[in-house]
Amino acid sequence: MSLYETVVGLEIHVELATESKVFCGCSTKFGGEPNTKVCPVCMGLPGSLPRLNEKAVEYALRAGLALNCEITRNAKFDRKHYFYPDLPKAYQISQLYLPLCVNGYVDITGKRVNIREIHMEEDAGKLVHDLWTDETLVDFNRCGVPLIEIVTQPDMRTADEVVETVRAIRAALAALGVSDVKMQEGSMRVDVNLSVREFGHEFGTRTEMKNINSLKSIARAVAGESKRQIELIETGKKITQETRRWDDNKDTSYAMRVKEDAHDYRYMPDPDLSPFLITEEQLTHIRRTQPELPEAKRLRYPKEYGLSAYDTDILISERTLCVLFEGAAEITRKPKDTANWIIGEVLSILKERGEPADELSLDKDKFARIITLVADGAINRAAGRRVLRALLDSDIDVDAYVKQNGLEAIGGASVVDDAVKKVVAANADSVAKFRSGSEKVFGFLMGQVMKELKGKGDPAALKKALEEALL
Amino acid sequence: MNKASLTELTAFELHGLLKNGDISADEVSAAFLSEIKNKQTATNAFITVCEGAADAVNGTLAGLPYAAKDNISTKGIRTTCASRILSDYVPVYDATVIENLRGSGARLLGKLNMDEFAMGSTSETSYFGAVRNPWDVGRSAGGSSGGAAAAVAAGMVPFALGSDTGGSIRQPSSFCGVTGIKPTYGAVSRYGLIAYGSSLDQIGPVARDARSCALALSAMAGEDLRDGTSEKCEITVPAEGVSIKGKRIALPKEAFADALSAGVRECVLGAVKTLEGLGAVVEWVRLPMLEYAVAAYYIIASAEAASNLSRYDGIRYGVSVLDKSLNLDEVIVRNRSEGFGREVKRRLMLGNFALSAGYYDAYYNKALRVKALLAQDFARVFADFDFIIMPTAPGAAPKLGESLDDPLAMYLSDAYTVPINLAGLPALSMPCGLMDGMPVGAQLIGKRFADSDILAAAAAYQDATDFHMKKPSAGATEVNV
Repeated sequence: MSLYETVVGLEIHVELATESKVFCGCSTKFGGEPNTKVCPVCMGLPGSLPRLNEKAVEYALRAGLALNCEITRNAKFDRKHYFYPDLPKAYQISQLYLPLCVNGYVDITGKRVNIREIHMEEDAGKLVHDLWTDETLVDFNRCGVPLIEIVTQPDMRTADEVVETVRAIRAALAALGVSDVKMQEGSMRVDVNLSVREFGHEFGTRTEMKNINSLKSIARAVAGESKRQIELIETGKKITQETRRWDDNKDTSYAMRVKEDAHDYRYMPDPDLSPFLITEEQLTHIRRTQPELPEAKRLRYPKEYGLSAYDTDILISERTLCVLFEGAAEITRKPKDTANWIIGEVLSILKERGEPADELSLDKDKFARIITLVADGAINRAAGRRVLRALLDSDIDVDAYVKQNGLEAIGGASVVDDAVKKVVAANADSVAKFRSGSEKVFGFLMGQVMKELKGKGDPAALKKALEEALL
Repeated sequence: MNKASLTELTAFELHGLLKNGDISADEVSAAFLSEIKNKQTATNAFITVCEGAADAVNGTLAGLPYAAKDNISTKGIRTTCASRILSDYVPVYDATVIENLRGSGARLLGKLNMDEFAMGSTSETSYFGAVRNPWDVGRSAGGSSGGAAAAVAAGMVPFALGSDTGGSIRQPSSFCGVTGIKPTYGAVSRYGLIAYGSSLDQIGPVARDARSCALALSAMAGEDLRDGTSEKCEITVPAEGVSIKGKRIALPKEAFADALSAGVRECVLGAVKTLEGLGAVVEWVRLPMLEYAVAAYYIIASAEAASNLSRYDGIRYGVSVLDKSLNLDEVIVRNRSEGFGREVKRRLMLGNFALSAGYYDAYYNKALRVKALLAQDFARVFADFDFIIMPTAPGAAPKLGESLDDPLAMYLSDAYTVPINLAGLPALSMPCGLMDGMPVGAQLIGKRFADSDILAAAAAYQDATDFHMKKPSAGATEVNV
């Protein structure tokens, strides 16, 4: 048992999935030719003025309500100043004095992680370094994309708790549809504030780690940084309050800047953006139209669909799985089957292909059709898997695919009976063995009948017919 | 009609002639362009002249020429803010007011000189040299919209756009003997106005008389979706024979105290007498917060300026050193050190100091409280009165070079104009007499969005007087040609 306790708080930047930027009409779409999604406003050209995108406020409020926050009714924006080429106004419009949402929380296994605040701000551009010409260029496409920054209290103590917290926040935001929450693309960026202390002592000096791009690296970064800090303490060295950059390839972090040369941000209220009121009507409307959150599904799935807690947890971990499950189950009327197909088949194919579940897009009607065909014995399960693979590859017509590939289960009584008769006649030895009590040969005879039917027989129907013939 | 006399008409008169087809738009533009050529050397009112800018739009101001202060963005026409750092900057978009005026048929003849980034009271801090007063080229035209006031006074344009953060339209109007209005904060879109103090800046017209100002403002004002601080606002051009009978006018005691020169006092009180004669009711009132306005103004305006001007680093646009041996910070420091003039740097330092950690509450926040109290002070007076009258400036135009060595004295000379910006009210300056041969203005202040009312009151005054029609002697501006 270690003498030391790790203390972690998170600052999570999330890009909101609005169509247009937070203070102008430019598109927020990821990627594209550099500097093609820009205008005088997001470029900060002289004389341009910001105009608040109401949708961004709505999305931020949805996030705040989902994470159990109190809402600041008279909100405003402030300017945070620093010089950097990706920040064309030399200030970022943010919220210091009156963040939109405060005092929320998220529940993880066995504990509550408190959320200090969620504030709105604008994203900066991106610097692109050209190694060939040794020039640094700026792409402003991302500049002005709406962000929320979720700041937790230092309530987490282990890497598992940190990962679980991020997972829970990510699942909630995904369920709301307010963000893509893709860590790889940077639409969700998690900064880890970490310190260690001997149990029962005051908080230690903390460091802030940036550039963590996946849940896996969060766990590794937490473990690595607490080990580094403990080693420093045990060798009598001091921990410096600094910002560190996580290097996923080297599995280590290095110092970016120390707190002493931190900027004085010279915050001031933004005079271009009038303070705005959040009305009771607005909040009521948002509450009424708030999508169902993972927490609510956790209660509903076992009750309504009879799913196990285990299956439920898997499904609610990804919004895409919930959407597929609820949509397909409504058509198949077989929720357990549907859940099994998702967990047993879809997820294992994705895993085998290394595709993330959050990007799954599977037509619920077609998926349900496969489940129904198998359940009705029109195709067998193996054929069902084959159709599913094909459906994951391209947008096929399920019934046409089954026909084209001759996957129909041969279930017509006469065909099956004919095959059984043929096999019984041709294998008198085995039939005799079975009748004298050797049940092992039943499998062999089943195989022979299936072969006769070119593998397309419905095993249940086939088994029944063979049993009757052998009586 | 001969061309020389066209440039002596007011914008309102020209508008009438153009509308009736008595004169052509090209004729009018040509006459003013020729006057710009004649008087530019003497006045230095323009930074850029746009010849042949002719959009044949048939709107309410069809064919009327004008010029705009060089801090108002004009697509494809360089917009310098009279600063070295923006001396080669060409905007890719038009300010909303420029769009609005083009839509109404007005023709842009050029961009006007000013104090660098509108910081100054004499138009001497310009990178392009000082503006000279058409009444006496050895004197300042006032500032920061000195180019706008001088151009109108010299007959180079019938009206001009200025901007007013702490008096920058009204004070040069007073010094040059013309009429200029700072509209209610929010009446005119600021989109495209290169910001100085965002919570105080307003664009407004300068012209010979109130009717011309109203005509121009009616085409400029109104809500703009690109400026969240703009509001709905309609401007009425004062009717013929407009009256101020029964209107209640307040005279703040504090504004007529010791700092005021005797000559200005005499002129302004003379105007008050005239208004009384026209049926207005005048009473003395107290505005005790007035004395704190200058201090609050220079903190708020400087802080906002420090923030607004942070973006000028010479990296994306503007003048920049091209020295690859310098690192990023060094490039920014060098560009800003060489790109900004002394007065701008002084205010940026003041502003950044006021915003720095630990000082915010003591300075910026306290100044915001003064601003709120000042607005209450005015609201209290306006519960009983229609207008407030006080001087626009404590004296007439100073000699060139006189003010630059004593910035504090220059700041204090803004005492009558800055309170109006802090309170967000509309105010105009109208000529009300001469002091030692130089013009003096009276300031008429109204309730929020009563812009049309103060213009109407000024029109009534100008219908009864002819101070606004006094012009500098022709010789004055030709001395140096």
